Amino acid sequence: MRVMKELLRQPVALFGILIVLTVVIAALAAPMIAPFDPDNQMFDGLSLEGAPLPPGGPFLLGTDTLGRDLFSRLLYGARTSLIIGLVANGVAVTIGLFVGIVAGYVRGFFGTLLMRFTDLMMAFPALLLAIVLAALLRPSLWIVAMVIALVNWVQVARIVYTETRGLVERDFIMAERSLGAGHGRILFLHILPHLMPTAIVWGTLGIATTVLLEATLSFLGIGVQPPQPSWGNIIFESQSYFQAAPWLVFFPGAIILLTALSFNLVGDALRDILDPTQRGRG
Amino acid sequence: MAILFIRRLVQMALILLGVAAITFVLLYALPADPARMIAGRSATAQTVANIRRELGLDQSLPVQFWSYLSNLLQGNLGRSYAQKTEVATLIMARLPATLTLMFSGIVVEVVLGLTLGTIAAVRRGGFVDRLVMMASFVGVSAPQFVVALLLLYVFAATLGWFPMSGYGTFSHVVLPAATLGVLGAGWYARMVRSAMIDVLNQDYVRTARAKGLSSRRITFRHALPNAVLPVIAMIGIDIGQFMGGVVVVEAVYGWPGIGQLAWQAIQQVDIPIIMGVTLTSALAIILGNLVADLIAPVIDPRIRTR
Amino acid sequence: MFKRWLRNTTVATMVAIAPVGTMSAIAQGAPQQGGDIVVTYKDDITTLDPAIGYDWVNWSMIKSLYSRLMDYEPGTPNPVPSLAESFEVAPDGLTYTFKLRKGVKFSNGREVVASDVKYSIERAVDPKTQGPGAGFFGAINGFEDLTGGKSTTLSGIETPDAGTVVFKLSRPDATFLHVLAINFASVVPKEAIEAASGDFGKSPVGSGTFTLKEWTIGQRLVFEKNPAYYVKNVPHIDKFTVEVGQEPLVALLRLQKGEVDIAGDGIPPAKFLEIKNSPDGAQIIVDGAQLHTGYITLNTKMKPFDNVKVRQALNMAVNKDRVARILNGRATPANQPLPPLMPGYDKSFTGYAYDVAKAKALLAEAGFADGFETVLYSTNTDPQPRIAQAIQQDLAAIGVKAEIRALAQANVIAAGGTEGEAPMIWSGGMAWIADFPDASNFYGPILGCAGAVQGGWNWSWYCNKDLDARAVAADSMSDPAKAAERTAAWGKVFTDIMADAPWVPVINERRVVAKSLRMGGADNIYIDPTRVINYDAIFVKQ
Repeated sequence: MRVMKELLRQPVALFGILIVLTVVIAALAAPMIAPFDPDNQMFDGLSLEGAPLPPGGPFLLGTDTLGRDLFSRLLYGARTSLIIGLVANGVAVTIGLFVGIVAGYVRGFFGTLLMRFTDLMMAFPALLLAIVLAALLRPSLWIVAMVIALVNWVQVARIVYTETRGLVERDFIMAERSLGAGHGRILFLHILPHLMPTAIVWGTLGIATTVLLEATLSFLGIGVQPPQPSWGNIIFESQSYFQAAPWLVFFPGAIILLTALSFNLVGDALRDILDPTQRGRG
Repeated sequence: MAILFIRRLVQMALILLGVAAITFVLLYALPADPARMIAGRSATAQTVANIRRELGLDQSLPVQFWSYLSNLLQGNLGRSYAQKTEVATLIMARLPATLTLMFSGIVVEVVLGLTLGTIAAVRRGGFVDRLVMMASFVGVSAPQFVVALLLLYVFAATLGWFPMSGYGTFSHVVLPAATLGVLGAGWYARMVRSAMIDVLNQDYVRTARAKGLSSRRITFRHALPNAVLPVIAMIGIDIGQFMGGVVVVEAVYGWPGIGQLAWQAIQQVDIPIIMGVTLTSALAIILGNLVADLIAPVIDPRIRTR
Repeated sequence: MFKRWLRNTTVATMVAIAPVGTMSAIAQGAPQQGGDIVVTYKDDITTLDPAIGYDWVNWSMIKSLYSRLMDYEPGTPNPVPSLAESFEVAPDGLTYTFKLRKGVKFSNGREVVASDVKYSIERAVDPKTQGPGAGFFGAINGFEDLTGGKSTTLSGIETPDAGTVVFKLSRPDATFLHVLAINFASVVPKEAIEAASGDFGKSPVGSGTFTLKEWTIGQRLVFEKNPAYYVKNVPHIDKFTVEVGQEPLVALLRLQKGEVDIAGDGIPPAKFLEIKNSPDGAQIIVDGAQLHTGYITLNTKMKPFDNVKVRQALNMAVNKDRVARILNGRATPANQPLPPLMPGYDKSFTGYAYDVAKAKALLAEAGFADGFETVLYSTNTDPQPRIAQAIQQDLAAIGVKAEIRALAQANVIAAGGTEGEAPMIWSGGMAWIADFPDASNFYGPILGCAGAVQGGWNWSWYCNKDLDARAVAADSMSDPAKAAERTAAWGKVFTDIMADAPWVPVINERRVVAKSLRMGGADNIYIDPTRVINYDAIFVKQ
């Protein structure tokens, strides 16, 4: 409760919470809010020459190149993209944190093994994996989420590993150690809190990049298939139209930006509140 | 140090072997048949069978992999199926462009990211900080293709400051590097900011501040070095990402990098090229990470090299 | 025909005919000599080896680098002697005798002789070359011995003297003159191939209208006029530079700025209306009908498409006008496999009209009153997934729930050639393109029994022995006097096939190329039926 109260007291955090809530509600209540069927290619949704319609009139945010209502597609697309941005990206960051912190702390043979495995995964041809999986499996949102998690944890692990290596040698960790603190205690009470800013940076910027990455991977055939919308594939399908029909790129782009930014605002605020060393400063 | 280095070299070779094996198996698992891609559809079944036999694709996976490896050990990456040219020639022809773009893109990223991140950390919570945060998220959320085309449209097509396409001179590299830099700088700025704030909040810094040290001195002597480690790690990561190819940016600016070669090869199931490009970028990634790991102790002497 | 039939529909196909071409050529005045031009493509040029190159980008360059016994009148599908001065066909259609033009030289200075012709075709057939074109020469005596490894030469090609080549065929082949005009029949000098030790594709030597001066991998190729070419005032331009790795949107922007003369990949859908409606639009856009049909294959070996009523119902369910509209009107609805400009096309044939009610009734008759679920494959490059989605919506209207699988092209091709894998495939981006403008080339691999095999291109897995027999009969009518009869016979094969409805013919797409204002020449040499862009015929207006 204290946390909630403090969050609500900060205007910036409040703004973030509002946006996050709006997006989540929009995703859940899409069938009730959406003015049109997101997949319906309406005959009057295209101009006579076959061009998409700009925002205004019956179509709040305009139509896409098949004459579908963009607003409705964005609402439904939120479902796919939130799962990718939160779940897939969250899993990636968690795995990355875990591997990085362990490798940086224990080092020795096991640490080396972990980091070389990380190197291997970084050099791994992810696009090729996507193409092969696309040919062998039925496409689904969960496969694309899995591939994203599989590919994206690596960067987090590298950063966390480097930071942990530095942290381990800091005075306060040395002091804890000489006082006989257990590994678990040191890792989770003393090192992990220092890595939270990194986790927040990757966790929130990652929302934006994974949402876009989903579109690339789905394009290769492993993720959501047309006509199912996602923010990423709405942009991806229409990006070459950014001059002829800028709304097709601008609106989904702005929503991805706002969502990622809001999670970041909330994350930063949460960290400030929860981290005892930060309290009252900043 | 020497032992460490040799040990890392051995590890490197093993990782490369692993990457080669995984890629080879993936390509083998792909139902698409390179012989059919070469033969096209007017070809008779016999033509396809002949091509398959000539390429050695009728042999079992271990046999194929072994013959690939033994060629590789002699420094032979094989010949492209579609182009019938040495893969090494094709990659070497494009390597300078890829390295140039990688290097300049990283420079832009780091310069922008360090500057903006430092300012944001020092002015934490202020207007500038919020602005930098906003800019970082815009950069990360923007689709590469659109940003590249917009920059091209404004600075090359309309203002005419830079050439629209090509490779060779400094002015050619500005826009592609700026695209990569603008899109990637957000990561650096956010990382630098958070790493610096971590230090600025530590007891010894507060002690220093209490003792009356100037804030500039605190920023550059204490806070910034702490940010350098993650930045180096991130450079290591970016080397990998940019080496694998930045297809979109290369295509928009007509940049003759490895990315387009790889993309086209994947479309054509041109196995020798895919293998060659994957191994080249794997090598770059491993080297990048190795350098990052070796530099870390130099910058932060507390880290022991072991 | 081509091994990488493109991802972008604007360029998906190449064989085209613009019947008004010759008229507009006159209107534009006589071609002028001189000028350097710049052409752009997205993909890198793979090879310029005529025995290997088989994609729509290198096709026209190979055409210009080399010469062949036969070639086509520019902008038309009519074969004429080229490197040959004259030829004779024996009455039984089994012997062809060619007299070579005298004094024609390779760009290395040596004169072209009869044995070069023999060597070049043997090389194209030899399995060691790993070329895709071997099958075209199947009618020549000794073909099986060479492909089977029993011989290293073709016994059916004889060279009685340096100026004469005689072909002996094992069966009459009405398309043989076309076969000698395709790129695989290009004449190459043996010594240059041996000297290049495997890299001939990057350092070509021929006797065509142009020679390759420079090739900077990944960046550009520079072709220069061959001043010694044996036809006077051909080619018209002095030089053309091909810049590769160029995004089509940027290529167009550069074209509008005057940096580029021909945007080889055409106009992306996103830019088409803007250019079309711009003041210079009419002069920039070259828009011509081509020999292209976009279709949906219905796998006759998979349920429920094994039922002919289901296939017919689907033919009535697709709103082809809407597909044409999505393509900004760059296509017209199709009703039979052959495109309208292909000899043999039946104008009076109406096919299956768009009729949702009738389609539903037919489905109900077949026992699928409530429809069924299936999968529709498509390639993944714009606008193909969009067209697949339009088709999906049409099918939903008759209760057929088609799940779309948009995949990389190689994966779609693999799925199509695997028995029981792909119920429906939208051909966009891979649509059939004839190797030469003859109806026969639209049948065998894609609708005949020979293609309905593992790894084949007959993705309907349709095999009708009766039609196959009629196809063989039509192809043995090699007597020029019977040409009209043969064409009619072929036309009937393609309309009769629609009773079984293995395909849903959807659209005939026109090809769109963009050229700069200074480029001259009729539309049909930019959309040449046999060579995409005819570098020999285009010119710069001074």
